[in-house]
Amino acid sequence: MAKEVTSDYWDKDRVATEEPKEYNTLNVGPTHPATHGVFQNIMLMDGEYIVSTEQTIGYIHRAFEKIAERRPFYQVTPLTDRLNYCSAPLNNMGWHMTVEKLLGIETPKRVDYLRIVVMELARIADHIICNSVIGVDSGALTGFTYMFQDREFIYEIYEEICGSRLTTNMGRIGGFERNFSPKAWEKIKHFLDYYPAKLKEFETLLTRNRIFMDRTINVGAFPLDRALAYGFTGPNLRACGLDYDVRVMNPYCSYEEFEFTVPIGQNGDTYDRFMVRQAEMKQSLSIIQQALDKLDALEDKETYYARDPRFVLPPKEKVYNNMEALIWHFKIVMGETDIPAGEVYHCIEGANGELGFYLVSDGGRTASRLHFRRPGFIYYQAYPEMVQGTMLSDAILTMSSMNVIAGELDA
Amino acid sequence: MFEIIPERNQSVIAKLTSSFSNSIEHHELMNDMLCITVKKESIAEILLFLRDDKELQYNFLTTLCGMHYPEKDQLGVVYHLHSFVNNHRIRLKTATLISDPTIPSATSVWPTTNWMEREAYDFFGIQFVGHPNLTRILNVDDMVDFPLRKEFPLEDQTRDDKDDSQFGR
Repeated sequence: MAKEVTSDYWDKDRVATEEPKEYNTLNVGPTHPATHGVFQNIMLMDGEYIVSTEQTIGYIHRAFEKIAERRPFYQVTPLTDRLNYCSAPLNNMGWHMTVEKLLGIETPKRVDYLRIVVMELARIADHIICNSVIGVDSGALTGFTYMFQDREFIYEIYEEICGSRLTTNMGRIGGFERNFSPKAWEKIKHFLDYYPAKLKEFETLLTRNRIFMDRTINVGAFPLDRALAYGFTGPNLRACGLDYDVRVMNPYCSYEEFEFTVPIGQNGDTYDRFMVRQAEMKQSLSIIQQALDKLDALEDKETYYARDPRFVLPPKEKVYNNMEALIWHFKIVMGETDIPAGEVYHCIEGANGELGFYLVSDGGRTASRLHFRRPGFIYYQAYPEMVQGTMLSDAILTMSSMNVIAGELDA
Repeated sequence: MFEIIPERNQSVIAKLTSSFSNSIEHHELMNDMLCITVKKESIAEILLFLRDDKELQYNFLTTLCGMHYPEKDQLGVVYHLHSFVNNHRIRLKTATLISDPTIPSATSVWPTTNWMEREAYDFFGIQFVGHPNLTRILNVDDMVDFPLRKEFPLEDQTRDDKDDSQFGR
């Protein structure tokens, strides 16, 4: 595409000195190793520099909002797994809490603390992926290979708790499906013991690394007012310098009892986003430790679900021996629980922003409308503005530091 | 759980009714959030007013989503606003007839509504007047239906083992 060069109307003899520029169109994606997901950017390039970007998304759209209108509530949990699949337990817990809010189920303290342990582990796992991938995109593969061991270890903890690893379908409405096993506790404690040193090792590789700093500082910077206008939340907003955290602003799941700080950045650039996530991992470790202390202080060591007969399955030995319990079990599994009419919005601090569930029920057995506020979908639309005028290699780094997850983007 | 501050809700209602007395149709407390139904013609002005008012300062649009009310032949849009300054959330609702599915776009007030409005158009066919690029976003471009409307079938309709009555509908 040639840029129009208009000569000065009044000076007819003047020769246009500027050569018409030639722009190239570059397709980044839909399947490009550097985008870490299935989405396309059609970039208009002036040499190495980006003139404009057009985004195409929706390659893995799976109509979750439509499917959720025909599923009983407990069958919506696997759908939420597949939103931000890097931190599936967070999505699961957020959904359970939404339903509990609609139905007015009070969860016991022990359930809240157990959930916090799992949610903060998921946050660490998500930040591990995002931060080590920032390293990869700036050319440092080592940190990635180090940190993925720890993510693997967190997945082993998930496995002990619920049996699955990536798409966890963890917990039930009202609590958990089973108590944490001794092995799970052992692994959580081991993780708390060894992980801080590992995190420090990772930090020494990158945070004061000259190459990494040159590649990330002042790259993809975004001012706070634009970030607010674009609906940024989570680490991306906090890197711009605003300490908005749902855990503090609208505490859920007993977060108000926990002591932690909300790390913020200053410039909203790639380095700040990286550093905010690093600091958040440390805060998450402290929260898990506090939750373990609180669990130790509780006398009750057995409760892992709220006693609400509408959603919590009866114990198996009763189902096998008692007709009423069998009917009760059957009704829950077949989704024959009537939901009161009403609407509710519940949000949690997901790993990459405010994850919201807007649930409308008209009194049937399923939701009449369920809308997911997917943070990635909302902040990814600012990407063209963020990368305009920057180099392609920096744009790749900016994208990975935004933590855009294709599953969440496309619902 | 969100904190319920009745005075805050009252001041929002008072301010809105004094400035837009003809546009406020209904307001109620739903679960824990103030929910205000407004006429569609003034939705963009109301969003701007709520954003710029010195006292209310709803400086963050959390989410926007489309709705379908088949019993009223209406399509709706739901906005969630959040004031970081007062830490208060409200929900705004507006609706339009399916025969005339136009609603003023909020993109001039909130750039973040760009994709959310495209999503609502994509799934419900709501025409946002004044949107810079109202095209489909998640579905394929040559799709003709609006899949989140209630009449759009979810599963293979030739199957008779999955009728709606089994699902409470």
